[in-house]
Amino acid sequence: MAIEFSRKDMLPPLPPPVSERGAVKWARENLFSTPLNIALTVLGVLVILWLVKSALPWWLNSVWNASSLSECRAIVEASAGAGATGACWAMLRVWWSGFIFGFYPSAEWWRPILSLGLLFAALSPALFAGQKRNLTIVIAGAALFLVVALYLAETPATAFVLSMVLILGLLALAQVAPAKLLWFTLIYPALMLWLLWGGSVWLPIVGMAGFGVLYFVFRLASPFIGLAPAAGLGVVAAALWWLYIDVPVVNQLQGLLPFGIPSIDSDEFGGFLLATVIGVTAITFSLPIGILLALGRQSDMLIVKTLSVGFIEFIRGVPLITLLFTASLLLQYFLPPGTNFDIILRVIILVTFFAAAYLAEVIRGGLAALPRGQYEAADALGLDYWRAQRLIILPQALKISIPAIVSTFIGLFKDTTLVGLIGLYEPLKGITQLVRADTNWKGIYWEPYIFVGVIFFVICFGMSRYSMYLERKLKTDHR
Amino acid sequence: MAMATDVPKDGFRLSMLIYDTRYRSYTIQLVVLVLFALAVAWLLSNTVQNLAARGKEFNFGFLWQRAGYDIGQQLIPYTNDSTHFRALLVGLINTLVVAFFGCIFATILGVLIGVLRLSKNWLVSRLMTIYVEMFRNVPLLLWILLSYVILSETTPQPRDFRVTDEMAAAGKEPAAAMMLFDTVAVTNRGTNIPSPLFERGLGTLDLGFLSLNLTFWAIVAVIAGSVWVNRRILASARATQEATGVRPVTWWKSILVLFAPLIALLIALGFHLEIPELKGFNFAGGILVAHSFTALLIALTLYTAAFIAEIVRAGIMAVSRGQSEAAFALGLRPGRTMNLIILPQALRVIIPPLISQYLNLTKNTSLGIAVSYLDLRGTLGGITLNQTGRELECMLLMMLIYLTISLTISTLMNIYNKSVQLKAR
Repeated sequence: MAIEFSRKDMLPPLPPPVSERGAVKWARENLFSTPLNIALTVLGVLVILWLVKSALPWWLNSVWNASSLSECRAIVEASAGAGATGACWAMLRVWWSGFIFGFYPSAEWWRPILSLGLLFAALSPALFAGQKRNLTIVIAGAALFLVVALYLAETPATAFVLSMVLILGLLALAQVAPAKLLWFTLIYPALMLWLLWGGSVWLPIVGMAGFGVLYFVFRLASPFIGLAPAAGLGVVAAALWWLYIDVPVVNQLQGLLPFGIPSIDSDEFGGFLLATVIGVTAITFSLPIGILLALGRQSDMLIVKTLSVGFIEFIRGVPLITLLFTASLLLQYFLPPGTNFDIILRVIILVTFFAAAYLAEVIRGGLAALPRGQYEAADALGLDYWRAQRLIILPQALKISIPAIVSTFIGLFKDTTLVGLIGLYEPLKGITQLVRADTNWKGIYWEPYIFVGVIFFVICFGMSRYSMYLERKLKTDHR
Repeated sequence: MAMATDVPKDGFRLSMLIYDTRYRSYTIQLVVLVLFALAVAWLLSNTVQNLAARGKEFNFGFLWQRAGYDIGQQLIPYTNDSTHFRALLVGLINTLVVAFFGCIFATILGVLIGVLRLSKNWLVSRLMTIYVEMFRNVPLLLWILLSYVILSETTPQPRDFRVTDEMAAAGKEPAAAMMLFDTVAVTNRGTNIPSPLFERGLGTLDLGFLSLNLTFWAIVAVIAGSVWVNRRILASARATQEATGVRPVTWWKSILVLFAPLIALLIALGFHLEIPELKGFNFAGGILVAHSFTALLIALTLYTAAFIAEIVRAGIMAVSRGQSEAAFALGLRPGRTMNLIILPQALRVIIPPLISQYLNLTKNTSLGIAVSYLDLRGTLGGITLNQTGRELECMLLMMLIYLTISLTISTLMNIYNKSVQLKAR
């Protein structure tokens, strides 16, 4: 006889008790697990409440349309009652162009905009080498940005059409031959300088021709006297080209075919335009110099090593601001009498040296972190010094140092604000001070600083996120 | 077939200077040296020509001329009749004071935030992440300018502290009140804090070139002596513990040795605080701390604390879990695990980057120029430079001083770093 009282099917499991599931469990574990934790949570909530209480009405009462701070305050008091505070973003309506372009003439705004759009196109081969999809996304994004921004900046029709042809040509190039985009990256610096400062169209062309001369002499001489002397000869030839031939040739060509755009003086630069120009140029040039300095510091050659160490330690030992004052006050003493070149250029040179010294230390860390075996393997393969560095050592060392390199870049970009202390109109000390000196906006302080701070935050935070992406992408070790 | 190891025997040829790796490095070094010497010579000759063209000469004699300007914050006696060198010293001390307090406050705040960011509390760790990202990704100059503007534009005027007879009669409060038991008053002219005074001070000892404040140095000497005696007590307690296994009770001895002599000295000197008081239109008595100093200190502390927090977090995370598990397995309590196992190992990771943060903070004090804080950069590299027109001398001297400060800090910290470093064989 079958046993009837035994259960045939299992009961469904009971749900866990309320305190052990869902939001309650999460809160118990993450907010209220110990007395200390409870106290911290209460404290955190109090801080948030205080922040919201003091800042929220101010945000909600924002005024976007007014011509002066007193008018702003009157509007806030009228709408929210006496004694209420409110943000006065109307200031930005008047001053936004100062924050972005400084005193760059508004008819020429398309030039910095075009430079920025092309910057992304020029950076894309370096950022996403060989990934057609990402290249297309970045360049198409740049093209879209250019269409909108150039339209808003009321660009002259010719410039608009030419810009569109250029960026669409690049987009097409990214589809057909992505590797060829690197050529655009190489000519971009000359193009940017010309677009921003203006002048004869022949300036960048003849300037770039100097590099052609370098390459030509190098190719011509290398079969006879060897690679290194030929490179030296090429550099000498290019230097002669720039010193003696460049200017007359430009003048001649300009006389024959006078094409050009109006020149802009350096003191008309300002705002984020200035910060970006200094930041981007210094970042670009500091990386190769930093790598050379790091290799010099690791070198067996005593003199090279001593000079590198001396340079790095000197630059790292003094504040950037003293170097900037050197640029504005002292550089004229060190150059031949009568030379006086652009203050922005002088600042860029000193900022580049500054960043290069920090980068050198960061890269040296990467070089030191490589196992000895890598160096020995390169030697065993019979690679000479530069091949070993280029093919074996640097790719790995740079990969290790990516986070530190990017944080140096972030620091450099933040440090561009210091040029305000030598009288250039960067967004913080320069433009914000002007806003606060404006009789209409006297007494405003939160709004300009928040505006500038948010832009800096977005750029720097974006850079640090990109470095995280790069770190993940290049990670080849076993997980 | 020639072996790869064969050494060519056909004597020395000139081309070997380039192609033979044994000689190539000498060639390169020689070329570099010649180029460097040429560059230096070129720069020097330019400088000499430029100086001659401007009718200037290169000497530091101006340092002993009358400065003729006033400095708001002076920790050593200075008037506008003092020399430029004296102004330089005042500026240097101002730089060091901000750097010193900045390092201390930034370390305290940074360690707190770094530890809280690792906390299991979701809310607090998120708040700390926001703090760190917010301060790291925005330029320091913004924080300096913003805190200065807030301090000087939102704080009340001294007359807001006044209680008139009618207000007292009506029982009304004044518009602003002093803080911390009525000892500190923050006004738009600066922060008034109490000043320490001594009824029976020891006076100053004048040595001609510098004068020593004997009261100050007496206090320093007593504190140093107390610390030394306390260390001896702890050392002897440890020796007893090593020998007998029982540690003698030392805490009351330590407290007595550390505090009793200092309190006795302060009473003997007649120590009391002079509290700032509203007299007429301004506060009198106490010390007026300028907003430029406070703003610089606040901004440097908040900014550097964000970086230190990240360093501390990385250091603690670098100690593997096995270490704390092993400590628990040995039966150590959480507090002792932290003190004896985690911290010593984390410190090894933390200290080198911490040193470079201290260096950065010291160098960043030069941004005080943005709020007219007269530090080294403001006196020597600012007003002195403009008054005497000696750019070359002033800048060189200033760079040299900053370089010396940096190298001194990094040397001291490296010595300390060596003492906590893993003793590897």
